Amino acid sequence: MVTINVNKFKCGYCGACVSVCPAGALELVETWIEVNELCTSCGICAKICPVGAIEVKK
Amino acid sequence: MKNEYDVVVIGAGPAGSITAKTAAEKGLSVLLIEKRQEIGDPVRCAEGVSKVWLRKHIEPDHRWICADVKGSRIFAPDGTMIEMSEEIAGAEVGYVLERKIFDRALAYEAAKTGAEVIVKTRATDLIIENNFVKGVKVSHLGQSYDIKAKIVIGADGVESKVGRWAGINTAIKPVDIETCAQYLMSNTGIDQNYCYFYLGNEIAPAGYVWIFPKGNDMANVGIGILGNKSGNGKHAIDYLNDFVNDKYPDAKILEVDVGGVPVSGSIEKTVANGLMLVGDAARQSDPITGGGIINAMEAGKIAGEVAYNAISRNNVSADSLNEYEEKWRETIGREIDNSLIVKDTFTKFSDKELNSLGHSLKGVNFSSMSLLDLLYALFKANKKLLWELRVLFKTVVKYELDFEK
Ligand SMILES: Cc1cc2nc3c(=O)[nH]c(=O)nc-3n(C[C@H](O)[C@H](O)[C@H](O)COP(=O)(O)OP(=O)(O)OC[C@H]3O[C@@H](n4cnc5c(N)ncnc54)[C@H](O)[C@@H]3O)c2cc1C
Ligand code: SF4
Ligand code: SF4
Repeated sequence: MVTINVNKFKCGYCGACVSVCPAGALELVETWIEVNELCTSCGICAKICPVGAIEVKK
Repeated sequence: MKNEYDVVVIGAGPAGSITAKTAAEKGLSVLLIEKRQEIGDPVRCAEGVSKVWLRKHIEPDHRWICADVKGSRIFAPDGTMIEMSEEIAGAEVGYVLERKIFDRALAYEAAKTGAEVIVKTRATDLIIENNFVKGVKVSHLGQSYDIKAKIVIGADGVESKVGRWAGINTAIKPVDIETCAQYLMSNTGIDQNYCYFYLGNEIAPAGYVWIFPKGNDMANVGIGILGNKSGNGKHAIDYLNDFVNDKYPDAKILEVDVGGVPVSGSIEKTVANGLMLVGDAARQSDPITGGGIINAMEAGKIAGEVAYNAISRNNVSADSLNEYEEKWRETIGREIDNSLIVKDTFTKFSDKELNSLGHSLKGVNFSSMSLLDLLYALFKANKKLLWELRVLFKTVVKYELDFEK
């Protein structure tokens, strides 16, 4: 199930979201963010993203 | 790429390149892997470093120095300015670098010393046997490989996964990260001799705006806000847009950089059996300045030396690698702890309090003052407000301290 949406046109691939994800669900692969099934929809990544590129799907 | 090395370093930022260089210099076989195709790009940095500390690691080279900074100008929310000159503002003034070129120059130093460097190669997991890290799984151009190593170094930056894979929880809380956005701008009209800092909860909640000169008429104009203040419709980039629209309507944007700076202070543990974490991966950036380049290089130097010592004594257990832990905590760790106290104090202040701090320094001459001197001058004039800072001055003899509130 996809729980968050990363707007790849906004994203600056900085990895800040990866560092705050408590579940370890995110990965900055090279120039894109991947999310896996460990995501709990907590919304922390969306909150701290410097450019507001992440949207949590409830 | 072979399938076995003494040391595999993950991430070719300043921390990883200096670790790799130091270990290779000692004669160890070293592999330095980087997931990006271009080392140093995209930039997530304001690029300010102290000259003195930089020189300890690499000879300054005009190819990656954009500006030579003489001092700092710090603005309280009401515009009150404090000016500090050369040598004094600590790690945030000195040179302004071109990180894209600088980071590659450091990787080149590692390569020149004998380390193997490979890009477009990402660590995807650790190889762990009997509770010992024994190597790393990598993805190189989409193919998976296992690479054995006596010691693995996690130098994988803010997005570090290496620590987590080894059971060290390095996840950062929103209150422990500065979320940042920056434009490289031309035509701001700033004096290229100075770094500028603007404080205020309106413009940068629990953070600040910085402007670092980049040569010609260019400058890095950026902002960091504390993670817990971000969101609810307004992110770092929105604050930055407000600031530049207001202040530099005629400036042009040549580049966008974003990123997160860990400001948690020292984390509990940075070693495991067969593993060390360095730089941003070990959350070693300075909680008050956000500076992490020098700390990353200092930690890398220590880690490279300890890797050699541990392999020489044929003991790469966490106990043996604790030599690294002890050494970095005694040096950069001390500074990080002190900065954490300053950060915790300052991020609580209202704009009114920040203004009154600015006013209290009117008439003080800062021409030969360190950041600590400045803090002490502030402390003396505002003991009640800054009481928590007193521990910073305790060990410094020249401040004949009187610890009465
Ligand atoms: C907006 C902003 C402004 C800043 N301003 C300053 C400043 O003015 N002065 C200063 O000193 N510091 C500043 N910093 C902090 C500084 O940029 C960092 O502290 C510094 O880059 C840390 O170096 P590092 O080598 O630990 O990590 P990084 O430079 O982040 O390098 C980590 C490397 O590891 C790679 N990597 C990550 N995961 C993997 C993997 N799985 N496999 C392979 N490779 C991987 C990454 O691609 C990256 O190249 C700033 C930071 C930000 C975000
Ligand atoms: S924090 Fe935002 S900009 Fe940075 S990598 Fe994550 S989604 Fe992209
Ligand atoms: S919503 Fe929470 S768990 Fe999901 S990716 Fe973001 S930070 Fe991680």
